[in-house]
Amino acid sequence: MNNPLKKQYDVVIVGGGPAGLAAALGARKSGAENILIIEREVEAGGILNQCIHSGFGLHYFKEELTGPEYAERFVAHALSENITMLTDSYVIDISPALQVAVLSGRHGYLNVQARAVVLAMGCRERTRGAIRTPGFRPAGVMTAGLAQKMVNMKGVLPGRKIAILGSGDIGLIMARRLALEGCEVVSVYEIFPYSNGLTRNVVQCLDDFDIPLQLSATVAFIHGRDRVNRLTIAPVDAQRLPDLNKSWDVDCDTLLFSIGLIPENELSTKLRLHMDPATGGPQVNSTLETSLPGVFACGNVLHVHDIVDFVSEESLRAGQFAADLALGRRRPGDNIALQKGANIASCVPHSLSPDREQVIYLRVKQPMKNCILSIGDRYQKKFRMLIPAEMIRLTLAPEVLDRYFGDNLKIEVRPQEVE
Amino acid sequence: MYDVIIIGGGVVGCALARELSRYNLHLALLEKEVEVGFGTSKTNSGIIHAGHHSSAGTLKGKFEWAGNQMWDDLAKDLKFGFRRIGELLIARQTEDLQYLQDLKKQGESRGVTGLELWDPKRLQKEEPNLSHTILQALHAPTAGVINPYEACFGLIECACQNGVELFCAHPVQSIKAVESGFLIHTQQQDFQSRIVLNVAGVYADRVAAMVGADNFKISPRKGEEYMLDRRLQGIVTHLIFPTPTATSKGVLIIPTVDGPIMVGPTAEDVDDREDFTTSFSGAAKVFASVQEYCPAISDRDTITEFAGLRAVADSNDFVIEGSSVRGFYNIAGIQSPGLTAAPAIATYVTEMLRADGIALTEKERWKADIDGPPRFSQMTPTERKAAILEDPAYGRIVCRCESVTEAEVLYAIQHGARTLDGVKFRVRAGMGRCQGGFCTTRIMDLLVQHLDVPLTTISKRGQGSEVCIPRRDQILAEDEV
Repeated sequence: MNNPLKKQYDVVIVGGGPAGLAAALGARKSGAENILIIEREVEAGGILNQCIHSGFGLHYFKEELTGPEYAERFVAHALSENITMLTDSYVIDISPALQVAVLSGRHGYLNVQARAVVLAMGCRERTRGAIRTPGFRPAGVMTAGLAQKMVNMKGVLPGRKIAILGSGDIGLIMARRLALEGCEVVSVYEIFPYSNGLTRNVVQCLDDFDIPLQLSATVAFIHGRDRVNRLTIAPVDAQRLPDLNKSWDVDCDTLLFSIGLIPENELSTKLRLHMDPATGGPQVNSTLETSLPGVFACGNVLHVHDIVDFVSEESLRAGQFAADLALGRRRPGDNIALQKGANIASCVPHSLSPDREQVIYLRVKQPMKNCILSIGDRYQKKFRMLIPAEMIRLTLAPEVLDRYFGDNLKIEVRPQEVE
Repeated sequence: MYDVIIIGGGVVGCALARELSRYNLHLALLEKEVEVGFGTSKTNSGIIHAGHHSSAGTLKGKFEWAGNQMWDDLAKDLKFGFRRIGELLIARQTEDLQYLQDLKKQGESRGVTGLELWDPKRLQKEEPNLSHTILQALHAPTAGVINPYEACFGLIECACQNGVELFCAHPVQSIKAVESGFLIHTQQQDFQSRIVLNVAGVYADRVAAMVGADNFKISPRKGEEYMLDRRLQGIVTHLIFPTPTATSKGVLIIPTVDGPIMVGPTAEDVDDREDFTTSFSGAAKVFASVQEYCPAISDRDTITEFAGLRAVADSNDFVIEGSSVRGFYNIAGIQSPGLTAAPAIATYVTEMLRADGIALTEKERWKADIDGPPRFSQMTPTERKAAILEDPAYGRIVCRCESVTEAEVLYAIQHGARTLDGVKFRVRAGMGRCQGGFCTTRIMDLLVQHLDVPLTTISKRGQGSEVCIPRRDQILAEDEV
């Protein structure tokens, strides 16, 4: 089998979804010459290819695109920039010296040396097993993303009468998608007292289709030996434990799970990168470099995003920083540790440098109305409403950070004091 | 006309099929599920018991140690994973100490080798993640782990290679004793056989009742198991057994043959022979128990769970005997240590048939081994390169969590897999942390391509468990035709 690859690349990118594609463009923009994307599927674009609904690109392109359209723009751009894309290929190992071992359907077993690696493997869905939903193990139980692939890519339906557990965005999108396909969507059940999807999706996918959203309720039992035929639904208490005495049964033939996403960090774990338990991704500095020098991370493998536009923005930067390192352009190291304070669930990156504008992504733990987000004592921003489902993006000017040399900088969200 | 028909394709039925295939007999095995091993065997804990657990004077005791010693050869011949990782039976209370002593004596009296009592210091050294309050442990190095379904697939493939005819998805509906033997009725066809071996697991008493040979009762005892993420792999390296209770060996920590840790099973008597359901209470019990002796294990690491049914006879021992109906044999109530005992039971039943005057002449050509499924994840880089050169399908990963290639999925299909579970349990595709989220459609495509059937006929595990249905516009279009 012929080897289509060079021996060495400036930047090797693992994953050809939105993160990987933007990282490649970022690396090119920063002057990297040899850039390689390794993509598992036959086509680049990642999960966008099955997201045929619209709503992508409002921030990044300032227009509304479907998933495949959004992906196509990046793929076309990457091709025009002569970025090498090795599809149908799978990274099985990365050595600490940045040797990348690749398994390729067309070219067999390959090895390439990278000057910098960008991890852009995306995420996977949490499954039934993760929350130990009791009952039988019949057909008709699957994640919302798998159902989406079946409907949009394979042209088949997961069932006729659908219930959805979890109000993650994919679940909400699939509620609408299956309603449009003529399925009966019985209800969406959410164990939390608030939705875990974007507000716009609750409105456009459930409200507009009269699909009920039952908050503080969960599936307590799956009935049906071979195929789902019924669910027992139970309300949950403040500790999110089901109250089986108040449970009721619902007929359906399909149960979709949309209960969260998990960054796909098997390669990162193999590399023994320092991980952040709050995000499920690697810890990164302000250049999105992980604890292993030369290895960068961006997109959903770093932390799960709500919208692809932010993935692209972040990954573009990761690619630029990776190219800088590959080309020997040094930056000053970070000197400020970012510390999570009140009501902060997670924030990325984990440290900052005052030498340039900084971008911070964060999520709150609890929904909060009329609150103030503060970073140290130099930065404050008021919000009317913050919810865990919507990630917050902040930019910090260098002067905000000047004073904090060597310090811990605390981020927190507190209720606005009533005057 | 068959010489022998085996009813039930669990591990004992499959072991019997392979054992009898040594002889010049016309053999068939009837299995109600879509694959062999898909009843009790599939959900078994996969432990080859050390040999010292079951009491002397019982059939369980008779076959446990004998069976234990047969698994090395079986694993080698049938190419399934088997690791003798050893077992630690732990004493947490002073009253447990005597039990450990007694068990050690019981094992030694029947020849179980290597039994050793470990003090807390030794235990801490070998298993640092176990609770520091354990008083003593009995180490039994002869205990091992396998995947029970792999054993079933290996046994039946070897049996079929030696002439056994396998009929899956053939639930037996009635049996009539006739002059020449038995007439067995299934929905698809009737079978005639001189001899019937009833190995029907939780249904064995019902099958026996079809000819009035039901001098025993089977009650199902449910066990729930919880499979944990690979993150916890290696947290313990031995099988960990608490000191048992009257009904169960207790909740165990099982380092499975593939690496991930499994915890369970529960032990709950149930009425329904199809009650494969997991429960809140089962999960709570399992994790509360194991956390007492291994605090680092958390329910949050669960990637999947399942339940299985043990076939418990009213005698609480194995039932292995010719019945009141001549030619009809019951091999029933094969609960723990049934998996361990299975190969020994097979040879014992064979000798029983010989003693009853069945002519057993050995075949001139009997092949003991099979090629076995390829395992890309276990190959070295050099072996991988060679495999890909020979077949590019090894270069395409289908299941990323378990590193299963397209070549392996095709192997499974070529060796009888017709369903998603058939593929999954043969080559592990879909068994990892994403639980098939990414590879399900790819495996469905491969099944469609190689079986030449429509996508909508692909099922999880047989008729009634189809994974998808046609879109509404397709249904409407078909209606108009």
